[in-house]
Amino acid sequence: MNSIIFTAAARLLVALLFVFSLFMLLRGHHLPGGGFIGGLIGAVAFIVYSLAAGPAEARLALRISPEVIAMVGLGIALLAGLFSFFMGDPFFTGQWYWVGGDSYETSVFSINTVLVFDIGVYLVVLGGILSLTYAFEEET
Amino acid sequence: MADHSDPNAPWKSVSGIGTSAITALLFVFFLQYLPGIAAGDPVRWVIPWIPSLDVNLTFWIDGLSLMFALLITGIGAMVMLYAAKYLAGHPQYDRFALYLFSFMLSMLGLVLADNLIALFVFWELTTFTSYLLIGFSHTDPKSRRNALQALLLTAAGGLALLAGFIMIGITQGTFEMSQINASGSLVGQEYYTLILFFVLAGAFTKSAQVPFHFWLPNAMAAPTPVSAYLHSATMVKAGVYLLARTHPALSGSDLWIWILSIFGAVTAVFASFMALRQTDLKQTLAYTTLMALGTLVMFLAGSTGYAITAAMTFLLVHSLYKAGLFLTIGIIDHSTGTRDANLLGGLAKAMPITGAAAALAGLAMAGIPPFLGFIAKEVAYAGALEMRLMIFVVPMALVAFALMFAVAGIVAYKPFYGPQGKLPHTPHEGPWPMLLGPVVLGVLGLLFGLLPGLSAYYLIEPAVAAVMGAPDTGGRVKLWAGFNLPLLLSLVTFALGFVIYLKHQALRDRLARIEARGPDLDAGWDVFLEKFMALAKGQTKLIQTGVLRQYMFATFSVFAATVLVTLLTRNVGGLTLGFAGLGFMEWGVAALIVAGTVLVLLTSSRIVALVALGVVGIGVALIFIMYSAPDVAITQLLVELLVVVLLALAFLKMPNLDPSGTQKHSFANAALATTVGVLTTIVLLLVVDQPFDRRLTEFFEAASWTEAFGRNIVNVILVDFRTLDTFGEIAVVIIAALGAFVLLKGAAKARAAKGEKE
Repeated sequence: MNSIIFTAAARLLVALLFVFSLFMLLRGHHLPGGGFIGGLIGAVAFIVYSLAAGPAEARLALRISPEVIAMVGLGIALLAGLFSFFMGDPFFTGQWYWVGGDSYETSVFSINTVLVFDIGVYLVVLGGILSLTYAFEEET
Repeated sequence: MADHSDPNAPWKSVSGIGTSAITALLFVFFLQYLPGIAAGDPVRWVIPWIPSLDVNLTFWIDGLSLMFALLITGIGAMVMLYAAKYLAGHPQYDRFALYLFSFMLSMLGLVLADNLIALFVFWELTTFTSYLLIGFSHTDPKSRRNALQALLLTAAGGLALLAGFIMIGITQGTFEMSQINASGSLVGQEYYTLILFFVLAGAFTKSAQVPFHFWLPNAMAAPTPVSAYLHSATMVKAGVYLLARTHPALSGSDLWIWILSIFGAVTAVFASFMALRQTDLKQTLAYTTLMALGTLVMFLAGSTGYAITAAMTFLLVHSLYKAGLFLTIGIIDHSTGTRDANLLGGLAKAMPITGAAAALAGLAMAGIPPFLGFIAKEVAYAGALEMRLMIFVVPMALVAFALMFAVAGIVAYKPFYGPQGKLPHTPHEGPWPMLLGPVVLGVLGLLFGLLPGLSAYYLIEPAVAAVMGAPDTGGRVKLWAGFNLPLLLSLVTFALGFVIYLKHQALRDRLARIEARGPDLDAGWDVFLEKFMALAKGQTKLIQTGVLRQYMFATFSVFAATVLVTLLTRNVGGLTLGFAGLGFMEWGVAALIVAGTVLVLLTSSRIVALVALGVVGIGVALIFIMYSAPDVAITQLLVELLVVVLLALAFLKMPNLDPSGTQKHSFANAALATTVGVLTTIVLLLVVDQPFDRRLTEFFEAASWTEAFGRNIVNVILVDFRTLDTFGEIAVVIIAALGAFVLLKGAAKARAAKGEKE
């Protein structure tokens, strides 16, 4: 793309979109959003960047290759599931730990495997779609 | 012909000594069960595996499995030690030790498993590990081919076996073999014939009964220790074990008696002639293994005490002498560089210990008193005389045993004590790790024969009891059973065998000529595989045209046809179209979708078509928003967006649509598209017409906060209630992305390799 406006705006957009994708990921448990949607938005962010600056530049910006991101995401999702296994629950049972209280209402925040799993989903979607897009773009 | 030999290479490696030591410890572990099993107390261990499907890792030690376990671990330990020396210095020895040890464990699992599904898993594991072992010399195409042949044949039998097991499990209500055996015979029950057919298919392929026998001699491509192990107590005996294990439940019918007698006898006689015909000693032994398997199957056809005792005694003695002889042949091969019966002779002077061990094994094989082999033969004749098909079985057994006598002479006597042969190398005595096995096994064959009471009480009678499903009265295993018909038959056997031994050169030539005229099943196998591949190729060409349009046309045609047939044949009731309550917004979105679709159909520019499709997608997303499904709407929007971007990237490199090119397909395509569209609409309307079942919705509404602490039901379902589904889906995302990645990168690489430049 040779549009200066687009190239200039892309830098701003990418950052906004990326932050927005994290926001969507984290709010997903209670409001519309989640790992899947978050991952898609994150992918859009980097696609916008690659359209503006070219796939080579976009790969550099990503730092880690998208295939690795996707694989790590799958691993994280699996670990989140295995964790319940070690705790004696059936596979993929959500594990919750309350910080500063002993239930959802009283605690300040919680640490749980459900969010970890969602982060895994986020990374898989982000990495999967980006590896596809970059491969397409580089196919010249 | 030596597989690999370097007498000076260090052989005391962890993988060699370690596996051998562990196996020896297992042997000692199983020894402790001898008194208890002999007293009639089977042992059972249960480890729940998939209890909901009645699949458990149940292990069951009774006389039969204990005898097998002792043979597997005992011979296994010696073979592993032997192999450590035999393959010393081989670059892939560690790999070999791993294969051999895995095979030993699979075989152990197979004979100990009580649950049929577990048994099947171990059965397939032995198939797989033996494949690795047979194909160990993987640089040799013949070795690979023979390994694959064994794998395909025994795995096909294994699948039949699984079908048989499942039918047994369903009809009997349990997969535990001990319970099935205890609850009586299946003969006469529904599906008995089918079950028998499937189980026999598995057993006969594994135990290489004619006409599935040809893989076994080919499996000799493996290094000699593997042959010694696979063909003595393990792999090929698995089929016999299965027949023995299912004997209480499946035996007794006419079908069982006829099939087992005929297949067993034909295999035994055919194999013993073939054994005589071979000049490679390893091949000779391979065919005698086949003979032993045939004999065992033949005796398992019967249900009388003598027949089963014959089978179990012969099983024991065969395992001992066959492993011993194979190991001896390995030493000869190692030391002289040949296995050709015509070249070997007079080795006893240079290799006295090997010669003695071979003599012990050979005497057991020939069935000379006081060896256990003699007792086995006596009991066998007594058993054969009691069998239903006595007229047929006794002469067949006589021929087989007489030939066995002659072959024992060829394998064990002639190379050592015969006239001096022409040897490639000067022979020398084998090293002790290789001698240990043959010597111990040979001595055991003698000891068991000298102490018939002890071997009967601890080994044979418990096994017989397990096979018969009733306590064994015993007393059949005796060195001296008096002047009777079996003894007479034994004497005839010796006489006949001796004559055959003297004439074996002439007989061999005649057999070679007969063989040349008979059908060659091994070559037939290659033709079969070739034809099979051609068929697969042909149907792939027919179905996989490589034209995407045809795939889509076929897929949607099938979809339309099935839906149409269902709609026409089922009484689905009338359609109601309700337009009430639709406002400007709904109509507007509908118009947008229709407009987008029309534009896709009319344009000749790919990019315009793509954007128009995007419009359709966004229209659908709007509908989701209007009916309050924000999560779905967001996902839909984003996916639409990405699809447009991705396809645009691809389309930028493609020419415009050619209106004249698409024209010739357009009528059929339009008809199909319209049909699918109309049908889908009808089905959806019918679905919406049904009263909505709110049970699931109510459950998730109630549970998503109390159980999963989330207010967004869609996301809670995705990451908590249905996590496994989501996990599967993200795995699919990765697979799809990687697949496309490889295709794109692979194509680029292929072009680069071709030297094409832009």
